[in-house]
Amino acid sequence: MDTKIRGRAIVILVVVLGCILGITGFPKNVQELKDNLHNRIHLGLDLRGGMNLILQVQVEDAVNITCDEALDRLQEEMKAKSIPFADVEPDNDKTSSPPVHRILVKGVPQDRVGDLQSMVSDLFSDWDLVRVPGDESSRLLILKTSSAIMLRNQALEQSMDTIRRRVDALGVTEPTIAEYGQGDYELVVQLPGVDDPSRVKDIMQRTALLELKLVKDGPYSSREAALAEHGGVLPPDSELVSGSENGKDSWYVLNRVAAVTGRDLTGADPSHDSSGQPSVQFTLNRDGAERFGRVTGANIGKYLAIVLDNRVVEAPVIHGQINESGVIEGGNFTPESAQDLALVLKSGALPASINFLSEETVGPSLGADSIRHGVVASIVGLLAVMGFMLVYYRGAGINADVALALNLLILIAMMAWIEGVLTLPGIAGVILTVGMGVDSNVLIFERIREELRLGKAVGAAVAVGFEQAFRTIIDTHVTTVASAAILFAFGTGPIKGFAVTLTIGLVANLFTSVFVSRVIFDYVLSRREKGAALSI
Amino acid sequence: MEFFHEPKIDWMEIKWYFISISIALILTGIISIVVHRGLVYGIDFRGGTIVNVNFSQPPKVDAIRHELDSLGLHNETIQGVEGTQGLGGGKSNAVMIGLDLKTTTSSASLDAGRETIIKALSGLYGNGPQGKTDFNNASPQTVAEQLLADDPLGMSIKGLDTATKTYQDIAGAVVNFRNAPAQGGLLEDFNSLRGVQGVTPAIISALEKDFYLSSYAVTNTKVVGPKVGSDLRRQALYVTLAGLGAMLIYIWFRFELIYGVAAVVATFHDVIITLGFFSLLNKEISLTVIAALLTLVGYSMNDTIVVFDRIRENVQATKRANFPKLVDHSINQTLSRTILTSGLTFLAVMSLFLFGGEVIHGFAFALVVGVIVGTYSSIFIASPIVVYFNQRLAREGMSSRVKAA
Repeated sequence: MDTKIRGRAIVILVVVLGCILGITGFPKNVQELKDNLHNRIHLGLDLRGGMNLILQVQVEDAVNITCDEALDRLQEEMKAKSIPFADVEPDNDKTSSPPVHRILVKGVPQDRVGDLQSMVSDLFSDWDLVRVPGDESSRLLILKTSSAIMLRNQALEQSMDTIRRRVDALGVTEPTIAEYGQGDYELVVQLPGVDDPSRVKDIMQRTALLELKLVKDGPYSSREAALAEHGGVLPPDSELVSGSENGKDSWYVLNRVAAVTGRDLTGADPSHDSSGQPSVQFTLNRDGAERFGRVTGANIGKYLAIVLDNRVVEAPVIHGQINESGVIEGGNFTPESAQDLALVLKSGALPASINFLSEETVGPSLGADSIRHGVVASIVGLLAVMGFMLVYYRGAGINADVALALNLLILIAMMAWIEGVLTLPGIAGVILTVGMGVDSNVLIFERIREELRLGKAVGAAVAVGFEQAFRTIIDTHVTTVASAAILFAFGTGPIKGFAVTLTIGLVANLFTSVFVSRVIFDYVLSRREKGAALSI
Repeated sequence: MEFFHEPKIDWMEIKWYFISISIALILTGIISIVVHRGLVYGIDFRGGTIVNVNFSQPPKVDAIRHELDSLGLHNETIQGVEGTQGLGGGKSNAVMIGLDLKTTTSSASLDAGRETIIKALSGLYGNGPQGKTDFNNASPQTVAEQLLADDPLGMSIKGLDTATKTYQDIAGAVVNFRNAPAQGGLLEDFNSLRGVQGVTPAIISALEKDFYLSSYAVTNTKVVGPKVGSDLRRQALYVTLAGLGAMLIYIWFRFELIYGVAAVVATFHDVIITLGFFSLLNKEISLTVIAALLTLVGYSMNDTIVVFDRIRENVQATKRANFPKLVDHSINQTLSRTILTSGLTFLAVMSLFLFGGEVIHGFAFALVVGVIVGTYSSIFIASPIVVYFNQRLAREGMSSRVKAA
């Protein structure tokens, strides 16, 4: 073997070894080998079974909350700066998409508009203040587009984090939570091995906003009764929240400001109350505990409402100062629902509600079924192709088969390395790769045969054959990779999966069918007796 | 071994016979699509609900329909699934219950349809004894949790981690056994679990205590909302068109614009004919079919470029040759390669079509059709377009020459 061939053979050997070790690792026994294979080859949900959810985060919710807060703050600040006004009201333009959030301020005297302007630019930097055509005493605050986008993106990210924490707490192994689609605030959540969609969706969807608020009065049997008690209008610092008392709807007038919220929680665990009923126990952080202690200490004998997602779960009487921990009971919990509530409380509240757009559950047996069939069919197809190459091209058929096997090996190793997930569409990409791999070899061999027929010497025929076929192979491969790149950039889920395996496969194929196959040819030629025919 | 020895076929002389076949196929396809009022989209694109169920006995389809009716679900489709157990040979009592979006969106919740179907099934085929879980619809996780709670092997003294691991392994093994072809996802007797790795009589009696065996298994459910469906349909179309555009630009850059146009037209022709076949046979366009169409685009393009590449090479070698003859010669030179590659690819996709099972049946079918038309279009669609354009240029008195690469 001359040094040139030896050098190239070493390159190939290193690649082969690298790929094999990349897939198998360094196993000490058969079990470890199995584990490594299992951990490194990631099968998609369509092949292994599990749940696939596509959901949309209603990011507008989060923007609305911010606007409501701004509305409240605006009124307070104007009062504090004694800028007179007749009314402040939300005036959102819902016809545009995405909606434009606006606050209308009415009845500001001409001489104080300047003060309003400077207040807005000092304290409400996310808002622009504009005139209202035809009404000199009114002004519009418009939420800046950039700020709205930021709020939406924040809501999306926070939702992703929260969902991830909840899914982790469920004990799902290898979940995937990623953005999906093109800027519609959609997420794809994949949960391998999960088969109880209703419960999982319920847990993911819960806003889980916990607030502990002092009860001012109530409960009342209806909203009207509660309002009537206050002469039709609630005081500005209070709000009306519904709950249920012994199975009947009831209404409470609560302090608008919460003593503590879910954000102050450090932990939540399922437990049992004194009568043995399931309940949820929570603990507060230092800051929250201090505030909670102050509020409860000053209000002994009054009632405290535990409000979850804007519904009063219960309103127990405060017996004494409570500091760092409390219990939620009376929610008609089952052991499982108590556990689920503790889970969602611990994982934090969702900043916006979520809608499910699609869900798919692949049962483990269907997944197993498609793997089995797919694998059997692919192996049958591959063996048929390889067998044919051997018969048709004899010696050179070995080159082709080695190149093909190596191509698949590199493909699997690369998929393991980039932690790519193999799905059914991905297998379609592999099939096209195999097809084009075989084609590359056929192109080269047919060209070599052609050159031999023209009477060229064996060495020259091989050289010309590779050279001419290489040009074609580059063109076919670059064209296909170019379109795969587009599919990868703009496609989602299944289409992307196809593009990934195809691109990796084609790059690997350039290496195997052009480089590896050539080295084998050169090696065979170097060992050949002078004048002997080439087995092709 | 050798099949061909450079045939001398005048392809461009006989092109019209084949172009007429193409036109006939395209027209038939389009008429079929129009008559069927559009293509039959699978649930991925149309939106709706699908529940796949496997039964141990031939299912009582009428009873299921009746039960669904009484629960307020109408217009469902219930169809048997062929060849689910293809190679395994075992039971094949699988049905697919489908619901269109119209019926499901009436409810605010997306999966009301799925829940109703499952409720109907458990109503019909029994809920099992009180407090027991259905083994045939349980996940390995559920089985492992149950076993851990019972601890039939007395593992708790070895620590929670060891116990969890042991029971997870056993649960995985029994569920795998249940899902193997011989059982087809439906276990009929816990005692058949004997011989599964790690299963002892204690395990079997623990399973019998906690689980019962129903006569059906829900293998797969899918609920697709209207937005995801239409988004996906639009995306598949746009992305494929963009991919074709990228190919056209590359070929333009490497050859000439007309070559790119011809290759794209030929590929388009293949996709249209394949879609026509789907419409004629009333087959659904599912997501995997889209993957197959993408594969077909790649394959057809590959085939066309091989021929074009040879044309380019011959143009450079023999400058003033008669162009149609040169194209004929190029096709003949590459014919053995074309037949070999197509034949081998056909072999591979045929194996998928025959043995690939129900999930990839549509996929394999698209490729079987695609490989044939993809090969044929390189010769009879792409090449004639280049020839036609070249002759027109020649008639207009301009010398046409392929730019040297």
